[in-house]
Amino acid sequence: MNLTVARLTVRGLLGRRRGLLLLAVPALLLVLAVVIRATVGQDESTTVNVLGTLALGTLVPLLGLIAGTGAIGPEIDDGSIIYLLAKPLPRWKIITTKLLVSFGCTVAFGALPTYLAGVILFGDFGGVAVAYGIGALVAGAAYSAIFLLLGVVSRNAVVYGLLYSLVWESVIGGYVSGAKTLSVRQWALAVARKIADPGVVTSAVHLPTAVPLLVVVTLGASALAAVRLSRLTLANEQ
Amino acid sequence: MTTISIDRVSRWFGNVVAVNDISMRIGPGVTGLLGPNGAGKSTLIHMMSGFLPPSSGRVDIDGVPVWKNQQAYRQIGLVPEREAMYDFLTGHEFVLANAELHGLADPGAAARRALATVEMEYAQDRRVTTYSKGMKQRVKMASALVHDPSVLLLDEPFNGMDPRQRMHLMGLLRRFGADGRTVLFSSHILEEVEQLARHIEVVVAGRHAASGDFLKIRRLMTSRPHQYLVRSSDNRALAAALIADACTTGIEFDPREDALRIQAVDFYRFTELVPRVARAAGIRLLGVSPQDESLESVFSYLVTSA
Repeated sequence: MNLTVARLTVRGLLGRRRGLLLLAVPALLLVLAVVIRATVGQDESTTVNVLGTLALGTLVPLLGLIAGTGAIGPEIDDGSIIYLLAKPLPRWKIITTKLLVSFGCTVAFGALPTYLAGVILFGDFGGVAVAYGIGALVAGAAYSAIFLLLGVVSRNAVVYGLLYSLVWESVIGGYVSGAKTLSVRQWALAVARKIADPGVVTSAVHLPTAVPLLVVVTLGASALAAVRLSRLTLANEQ
Repeated sequence: MTTISIDRVSRWFGNVVAVNDISMRIGPGVTGLLGPNGAGKSTLIHMMSGFLPPSSGRVDIDGVPVWKNQQAYRQIGLVPEREAMYDFLTGHEFVLANAELHGLADPGAAARRALATVEMEYAQDRRVTTYSKGMKQRVKMASALVHDPSVLLLDEPFNGMDPRQRMHLMGLLRRFGADGRTVLFSSHILEEVEQLARHIEVVVAGRHAASGDFLKIRRLMTSRPHQYLVRSSDNRALAAALIADACTTGIEFDPREDALRIQAVDFYRFTELVPRVARAAGIRLLGVSPQDESLESVFSYLVTSA
């Protein structure tokens, strides 16, 4: 963790209008939760639906994508990363710091609002709000690491990230159940299932599969990102 | 005192050879890296600054390889060609961040000192986005100087600068060179380089074309054959008068252009000769134009004569 790198990353991520944009997404979720609670009332299946599909299925991957790629992609694209790299600073520290900033964003704008939306929708019954909040938390960590890695290795990180979260996790995962084994969303749901009362949350993957995969993917993606950053060349400026 | 040594370095990108078996040593003082665009200057600087591994050969600073060696940045100050920097910061915040990233004991004082060196204190609290090109260049300079490096690498630092900013930067670089730092800057403009550097390394098409004192290189450049197209009131009489002098090596009469194509070897002498001869013979000069003044032709001459 390097405070200067963190400060630069936060300002780059939340500066200008992007901070407001990041704030608008969870705000929408909360407003929706209030409206649903007021019209439909306290309903378990609606809550599970909103938190599972909207919060964990859309909001969190989207935030992970914006924060993860945004924490490093633009700097690599415009070349300003050179000011971070031309320093006697281990590259893994830069990656760890940027990962923490990205993860922090997914917690603040993703996991917390998910928990709050759960409380608004269903109160504190059955551990639903906490379960989805924690699920969003671990998903945020994994998405941040994956998308940060994408941001380091590819200039089209956002496109690939969208393909993964929209096409793989949502569409293909919907038809081919095997695809769900390799889905951050399903791993997070497995964690949520364990926390909530039995039978409330369903997931395609069991906890003993989900936790090791979450850990391996998160750590592996971070380590790979650090390795790739230490071999970053400026050859493409030619 | 720090020496950069480039030892039999080549770098290729796929099938394209950007740098072809170059060896050079760059010691304290100001060195100019001269060559036309696309000659491989940036590739060389990227390798010297650890942002590109050589495909073969070694790039060392005081005997230690630069690639994948982050500790080398304690010695290196790098002024990249690209303009992008953390634009949302003020000049002061940017230089301070660089000082902090170097892990300096007193980053605040170091940032103040660096900004004072480049005379940017007056605008240090404005955002980088509001800066002119020259101001950005000076802040980049300050960020490269903040840790008092012994090596300063600058990639086309004078690009887009106005004459006054250019003078100022040249003064700065001269001072650093006189301080015993190893200063290397790249440029594709001969006049720029000869104003600043005694020592010049010339790179053309990825090859090391010439190396040494700028006077020697300047002579090479001015004594190369020049082509001129000359029109006058009496072309044949002028041709006869000009060919008598040793600085012309060939004259051809071009009936279509109704002009003389003259090949001359001594640039200075020829430019002085033509009006003198014409006046003495009572010939009126209608046009004198150099034909091959493109930088590439100058450089390619150097390659063949080096």
